[in-house]
Amino acid sequence: MILVNYDKILKFQFNGKHYEGYEGDTLASALLRENVKVVGRSFKYHRPRGIFGSGSEEPNALVKLEGSNTHEPNRRATSIKLYDGLKANSQNYIGNVKFDILALNDYIHPFISAGFYYKTFMWPKSFWEKVYEPIIRRAAGLGTLSTEPDPDRYDKGYLHCELLIVGSGPAGLKMALDASRNGKKVILVDEDFIMGGQLLSNEIDINGSSSLQWVEQTLSELRNSSNVRIMTRTSVYGVYDHGIYGALETVTDEIERPGARQILWRIYANKSVLASGATERPIAFPNNDRPGVMLASAVQTYNKRFDVKCGDNISLFTNNSGANLSKISNLIDTRDGSHIVNVHGRNLIRSITLNSGKKINSDCLAVSGGWNPNLQLTCHKRGRPKWNEKLSCFVPDNSNLPNNMYVIGSANGSFSTQSVFNDVSDLSEQLGYRITEKIKTEDNPLNLKPFWFVKSKKRSWVDFQNDVTVKDITLAHQEGFSSVEHVKRYTTLGMATDQGKTSNVIGLAVLADATNKTIPETGTTIFRPPYTPISIGAFAGAHKGKHFKPIRLTPSHEFASENGATFVDTGYWKRAQWFSQDKEVTWRDSVDREVLMTRNSVGICDVSTLGKIDIQGKDAGKFLNKIYINTFSTLKVGKCRYGLMLREDGIAMDDGTSARLSETHYIMTTTTAKAGSVYSHLEFCRQVLFPNMDVHIISTTDQWAQFSIAGPNARNLLSKIIDPSFNISNETFPYMACAEITICSGVRARIFRLSFSGELAYEISVPSRYGDALIRKLISAGKEFNVTMYGTEALGVMRIEKGHAAGNELDGRNTPVNLGLSGLMAKKKDYIGKTLSSREKLSGNETMVGFLSVNPSDKLTNGSHFVNIGDKILPENDQGHMSSVAYSPILERYIGIGFLKNGKDRYDETLKAIDFLQNNHVEVKVVSPHFIDPNGDRLRA
Amino acid sequence: MIINHPLLGPRDSSEFTYRGDAVLLNRPDPNSESLLNDYYEYQYIRNNTHGFMKELWFHEQGDRSWLVVTRNTLTHEIIKVELASEYKRENK
Repeated sequence: MILVNYDKILKFQFNGKHYEGYEGDTLASALLRENVKVVGRSFKYHRPRGIFGSGSEEPNALVKLEGSNTHEPNRRATSIKLYDGLKANSQNYIGNVKFDILALNDYIHPFISAGFYYKTFMWPKSFWEKVYEPIIRRAAGLGTLSTEPDPDRYDKGYLHCELLIVGSGPAGLKMALDASRNGKKVILVDEDFIMGGQLLSNEIDINGSSSLQWVEQTLSELRNSSNVRIMTRTSVYGVYDHGIYGALETVTDEIERPGARQILWRIYANKSVLASGATERPIAFPNNDRPGVMLASAVQTYNKRFDVKCGDNISLFTNNSGANLSKISNLIDTRDGSHIVNVHGRNLIRSITLNSGKKINSDCLAVSGGWNPNLQLTCHKRGRPKWNEKLSCFVPDNSNLPNNMYVIGSANGSFSTQSVFNDVSDLSEQLGYRITEKIKTEDNPLNLKPFWFVKSKKRSWVDFQNDVTVKDITLAHQEGFSSVEHVKRYTTLGMATDQGKTSNVIGLAVLADATNKTIPETGTTIFRPPYTPISIGAFAGAHKGKHFKPIRLTPSHEFASENGATFVDTGYWKRAQWFSQDKEVTWRDSVDREVLMTRNSVGICDVSTLGKIDIQGKDAGKFLNKIYINTFSTLKVGKCRYGLMLREDGIAMDDGTSARLSETHYIMTTTTAKAGSVYSHLEFCRQVLFPNMDVHIISTTDQWAQFSIAGPNARNLLSKIIDPSFNISNETFPYMACAEITICSGVRARIFRLSFSGELAYEISVPSRYGDALIRKLISAGKEFNVTMYGTEALGVMRIEKGHAAGNELDGRNTPVNLGLSGLMAKKKDYIGKTLSSREKLSGNETMVGFLSVNPSDKLTNGSHFVNIGDKILPENDQGHMSSVAYSPILERYIGIGFLKNGKDRYDETLKAIDFLQNNHVEVKVVSPHFIDPNGDRLRA
Repeated sequence: MIINHPLLGPRDSSEFTYRGDAVLLNRPDPNSESLLNDYYEYQYIRNNTHGFMKELWFHEQGDRSWLVVTRNTLTHEIIKVELASEYKRENK
C-alpha cells in the first residue's frame, strides 16, 4: 500500500511561493515537508499559528483556496487533498502572515478579553455605527467570502443500504467485512481520501500481518464485493429521522473543474454503525498555541503516513500512555509530576520551560491530553453522552442513541485495538451475523491521569480557532456565566468551523475547576448537525440560476416570442405581459393599443395558465355546492357560472367559473396563482371532509390550451374556425353558455362564453398540442378584423375597467361582503366558510368601490390609503386602501378600485388618496367599480 | 422522515405537505345548535400535543392522498399511517 507516491510530483503555491508535494499528500503534510511552519493567524489576537492536527479537528490551518476568479475561505489544510496547480493563501492578517499588522491585538490583550466588545465600545453611543462596528467587522470573521458567483457544479444524490458504516479505521473495516460476508448491502464512508483510519499511522500486528497489509487485504475484498459501496472523502454530517443520514462527498477540491465538485448524499439506512474513532485533545499551558506545538497523534500521522518529520528535536507532553511516538528527545509526563510552564519562540518554538525550572530546547512539542470519542452523530437525535471517569472522556450513552445506530471502537471508548475488534465481534453477533474471522492484535489499555491545564498568569489556549484562553473561561465564571451554555456564548468557546473538536472538553474541565464541580456536574454541550462545515453550494445543488425553479411555458409561448412579447413570471409560468410593435417605445404604448384594438374589434389572450380542474361523479354538483358560496347543482348542462369559494374561516380563497358539460361532469377554472392550492383544497374536501360523495377530480391545467377571444368581432372571428355543424349565434349560444365542439375540420375543442374584459368574449380550449397551431390560425383568420394579441397588462386594465376582483382584491383579507358579492351567498345550503363568514365583525364595513382622480391628469397609485378631506394623515383616520389601478385608454385617465369604509354609500364623495412611498397624494372621487358597460350590454351582444 | 404510505409503501416526507392536527376531519354538523362556537373551536382551537398526535399529510408530490399520520411530536416516531378517507368512514 503506497501512501505517498514519490514518483508523482504535484506543484502548488502557498502565499505566493512555489512548493512541491506528492500524490498522497494533504496540503498540510506537503507544507510541513516543505518546512512551512506559520500557516495562518489567529482570529482575535492575530498570533502566528501552525498546523496543529491532521484531520477535520484542525483548528489553526484554515486557508483560502484560490480559483482563477473566486476563492473558497476557511478550508482546513489538513483536509485538502493536494493537487497539481493548487493555490492557497493564509487568512486573518493584514500585511504578511509572518508580520501581521493586526498582531497589535496581541499586545493589547488585557483589553480584549472575553466579551470585550460588550463592555468597551459603549460610548459615545454615536460611535458604534460609524466607527466601532466597521472596524470590528473588518477585523472579525474567519476568512472572507468571494463575492463572485460560485463557478462550480454541485450535485445531490440518494442512496439506500442495510448498513451504513461511518469511519474506516479497524472498527469500520472489520464491520464492513462481517456485514459484506453476510450478504448485507453496505455503504462504508470515510472523510479521508484513503481508508484505514488510524491503521495508516500506527504499525500494529493484526493476525500476523502488518496493519497496512491488513487494510489492503480487507479493502481489496470489500472492493470486490458487489454489495459494498466504498465512499472516500465523504463526511456524514447529520443524522435525521427514521434512518436518514446526510453526507457530503468531496469529489475534488479544485475550483472550476468540469463535473460536480461536491455531492450531497441523502442516505437511507436500515441500520448504522458509528466507527468514527476518537480525537486527541491537547493540554492548555502558557503559549501552547505557538507553531511547533502539535497533537501527538498528528506528529505520529505525519511521520508514519506521510513520511514527514515535524521537527528535529521532538518533545512529548502527555498525561497518558496512548501516544506511541518513536524518536522522542524529551518526555514530559504529568503522571510523573512534571509539566510545562512556558513555551518560547514566536514563529516556531525554540524551547520549553518545565515546572522544575529546567529549560529544554525543542522545535516540535507533541501534546496528548487524552482522547475524545467522536460521538457527535450520537447527539443529533437529542442523545446526551455520559462521562466515563476511568477514560476521562464523554462516551455515547447507549440508552439514548439515534434509532438503529450502534457505536463501536474508540468512538465507543474502546481504545486498544483488540477492544475495537472485540466491539465488532460483539455487534456482529448481536446483529446475527456469522463471524468468519477472529482477530488478535495489540491490547494495551489506556492509562491516563487527568491533567487539563497548567495554572498560570500567562495565557493558555483552550480554543485555538476562537482565541479562547483559560483566563477567558475563568473570567466568564467570575462575571456570573456559570452554565456551560452561557460560557460558550460569552467566550465563543467551541464555535466556528471546528465546533470545538479539540477544545470543548478542556473548556468544560476549566469551568469545572472554577466552579469546584466535577465535569459531569458541570455539564456537556451536545452536538447538532453539521459535523463538518457544508458549503451552501452543496445544499443548493443544481438548483441555481435558471434551474432554481421549473419554468412553465404557455402553448403560445413560441408564437408570443416571435411577436414581440415581454414575459412576466407568474409563479412558474412565463406569461406574455405585452406585445411591442414597431414604433412603440414604452410598455404603455403597447398596452393602450392592445386594449383599444380589443374593445374596438377583437383581441386574443392566452389564458391557459388558469387552473382547470376536471370534476366528475354522481355527486359532482353536490360537491361544488360545498366548495362555492353559490349553488352549482342547479346549473343547467351547457352553462357556466361564476363562483366564489371561501376558506373555512370565511375569507375569500379564490374565484372563477365552473362549466357543466354533463349531469356528472363539471370543469372548474381557478386563478393562475391559486391553481395548486385550490386543487389540494378540493382533494382535502373530497377525501377528508366528504369521503362518501361520489366525486373524482383531476387537474387538467397542462392538458388544455385555452385562449380568450374578446371584442365586438369575437364571434365573427370564431365562426371562421368552428366546424359548420356548430352554431354560436347569440340565440343558440348566449352569454355563459358552454359546449364541446370541433374546430378546423374535426379538432376537439371546448368553448365557453365568458368575459373577464366585459366585451363579447369566448374562451376556447383545445388539447395542448394544438395550442400553437390554433393561435397561428386565429391570428391569420383575424387579419380582416385587425385582430391583436394582448398580454396580462391589457387583461388587467380591462378587468379593472369592468370592475372585476382579481388577486389584489382576493388577498386573504376580504370576505364576500367586502367584495360586494354577498348576494351570491346561498342561504339554504351549507358550504365551506359559511358559518365563520357570518361573524359580524369579520367583514368590517369596507366594501369594494371605484375611484377616479378629481383632476383627470393625476396619476393614481396602488396601495394608497384614503383619508377624509381635512383629516390629518394618521392611521386612526384611515378610510381604506386602493387595491388596483390602471390607466384606462378608453376613459383616457387613471382609474382604480379599492376598499372603502361604507363605500357603497359614498359614491361621488371626494377623499384624499395618500401614498407616502411615491409621495403622491391625490384627491379622488368615489364611483361605482364598473367603469365600462355597467349593465353588461356589450358582453351579451 | 419517512412516511409509510398505506398504498405506496415508505416515502420520504419531502413528497408530502403538512396540514396539521387531524381534528380537521371532524367538521361540525352545519345544523348544530351551537354552530358558531363549534366552528370557532374547529377552526382555531388546537391542543399543543407533546407526544403522539394524529396529523394530516397530503401526498402532493405523489398520489395526492390525504393521510392521517399518528406521529410522536417529540421523537418523530410514526406508529400508524391511514388514508384519511378510510379513516373518516371508519370513525364516523
